[in-house]
Amino acid sequence: MVEIRGLCTQFDDVVIHRDIDLDIEVGQMLGLVGGSGSGKTTLLREIVGLLAPSKGTVRLFGEAVLDPDPERRRRLRRRFGMLFQQGALFSALSVHDNIAFPLRELHSLDEAMITDLVLLKLGMVELEARHARLMPAELSGGMIKRVALARALSLEPELLVLDEPTAGLDPDRSENFVKLLRMLQKELGFTVVMVTHDPETLAGLATRLAVLADQRIVACGTAAEVAAVDHPFIRNFFSAGRAAALRQGTG
Amino acid sequence: MAVATIEAVRQSDAVQLVLSGEWTLATMPQPISGFELRLRDLAISKPGWDLRPISRLDSAGAILLWRAWGRQWPASLAVSSGHRALLERVEGISPDLQPEPSAEPLAWITVPGRLALSAGNHLAGIVAMIGQLVLDVAYLSVHPRDIPWREFSANLYKSGAQALPVTALIGFLIGIVLSYLSSLQLRTFGADVFIVNLLGISIVRELGPVLVAILVAGRSGSAMTAQIGVMRVTEEIDALATMGVSRSQRLVLPKVLALAVAMPLLVVWCSAAGIIGGMVSANLQMGLSYGFFIDTLPRVVPVANVWIGLSKGVVFGVLIALIACHFGLRVKPNTESLSARTTTSVVTSITVVILVDAVFAVFTRNLGLP
Repeated sequence: MVEIRGLCTQFDDVVIHRDIDLDIEVGQMLGLVGGSGSGKTTLLREIVGLLAPSKGTVRLFGEAVLDPDPERRRRLRRRFGMLFQQGALFSALSVHDNIAFPLRELHSLDEAMITDLVLLKLGMVELEARHARLMPAELSGGMIKRVALARALSLEPELLVLDEPTAGLDPDRSENFVKLLRMLQKELGFTVVMVTHDPETLAGLATRLAVLADQRIVACGTAAEVAAVDHPFIRNFFSAGRAAALRQGTG
Repeated sequence: MAVATIEAVRQSDAVQLVLSGEWTLATMPQPISGFELRLRDLAISKPGWDLRPISRLDSAGAILLWRAWGRQWPASLAVSSGHRALLERVEGISPDLQPEPSAEPLAWITVPGRLALSAGNHLAGIVAMIGQLVLDVAYLSVHPRDIPWREFSANLYKSGAQALPVTALIGFLIGIVLSYLSSLQLRTFGADVFIVNLLGISIVRELGPVLVAILVAGRSGSAMTAQIGVMRVTEEIDALATMGVSRSQRLVLPKVLALAVAMPLLVVWCSAAGIIGGMVSANLQMGLSYGFFIDTLPRVVPVANVWIGLSKGVVFGVLIALIACHFGLRVKPNTESLSARTTTSVVTSITVVILVDAVFAVFTRNLGLP
């Protein structure tokens, strides 16, 4: 589903990634972990084609993300959804119009159908129809995430890319959000790539981990496999009683 | 990818519709509305539905089917459990939003009323801000250590020094155009020399201050509104407040003072450029010598006009900064509000400048005119 080969990233003199290879199979939920500044979010942005790597290729669904043909590129972009850290809802549009936006861009659906789809997606993320008319500025942090998720899911993507899905939510809400994501994944069967700092989220969602440190992927596999790798970052990450939780979650 | 297909199977007397392939947004026949009509036509005769051969069904496909069925379960339906769950989810969506709030019947009176109230509200806000600034000045005169010199000089540089090239250019060009057009008219009366009076009075007294005010409102006023607005969006203003720093002292006052100082200087600069432009044009067009022009100017333009121009500069500068800061502080945390407030800020300050200019004209009608 996702295939990264020989990827290098360099900003001026600073090397972020060196020769990264990574594969993500259909149905996997991969958690990308690493210290601050290790280039997790940069890698995520390269996967969705927001950023061109200095060297190497990223292929999604077997096609190059940065295909020179705009039509092919647009078709590819409709097959994955991204959930941004702050939601990135269009603040000038209501919740309804935010979720309807990608659907309207298809130019093939009539308004009644779009309304039905929007209401269905709102139901999926456990929001009510009356929330559809609110503006993003009127939403709480948890609701913003839910609306953003509904928007990311509006085209029924095969791949969902999550950037810090639970950042800024209190533990209770973040647990609910993780549950919601898990339920939707079971129902819709999409593949997930995510970046997160939160061990709880990782334990609740990820079926595989990839550890980014020293500018490369130092370990990739289930939590147990990753924990067996001897590396200072991994030792540190799996200390403090997190290991048990992670093994339980991803085992 | 397998496209969505429909196949009708006739069994004894009933028709069984067998659906197969992928029923997703990407794979359903385009246009989807036409496909929906076809499904609806098929649904009229109340056939049996067999959905089991469908390999993939997404919510768009499910909604399409549900709508074709007239939002109810068909009498005879065979479907896999996973797809049935999806259809049940579709069944669960509330049929429609509540009706949009209809237009108010009294809009002809409520709309102007609301406008008047909001204008009054803004006026009160600006008056309150002026009051706060007076208090701040009083406070700072007792505590001179707290005077925000750095912010003041930064604003002076940004809205004053950096505006020099553009104001000079505009002033010079307007001077040329004005001089050229007037000389054509004056020549028909043989009143060529009066070009000096005409240019001197109009530029020093009117055009200089108003041109600069419009330029500064567009240039610095919008920047001030946007800056304060973004600081509100990113909660920087709240951060200032929690550190015990007064936003009016640190943000508003330096801007108001900077424009109050920079504007009269810009007025002088722009007027000078305008007069030079006019002089050049008069020289080229009518052969009026530079020496004569410079010699005549002080005699025909009483010095009171310069004072009027300068005081207009101060007043306009203060007004522009006040209006810009006021609207900046009213920005709500979203992009739409930011753009709306910035527009309102510029439009309001230009309108207010022209209005106040008219008031000036009335009150100074006996001053500075020979």
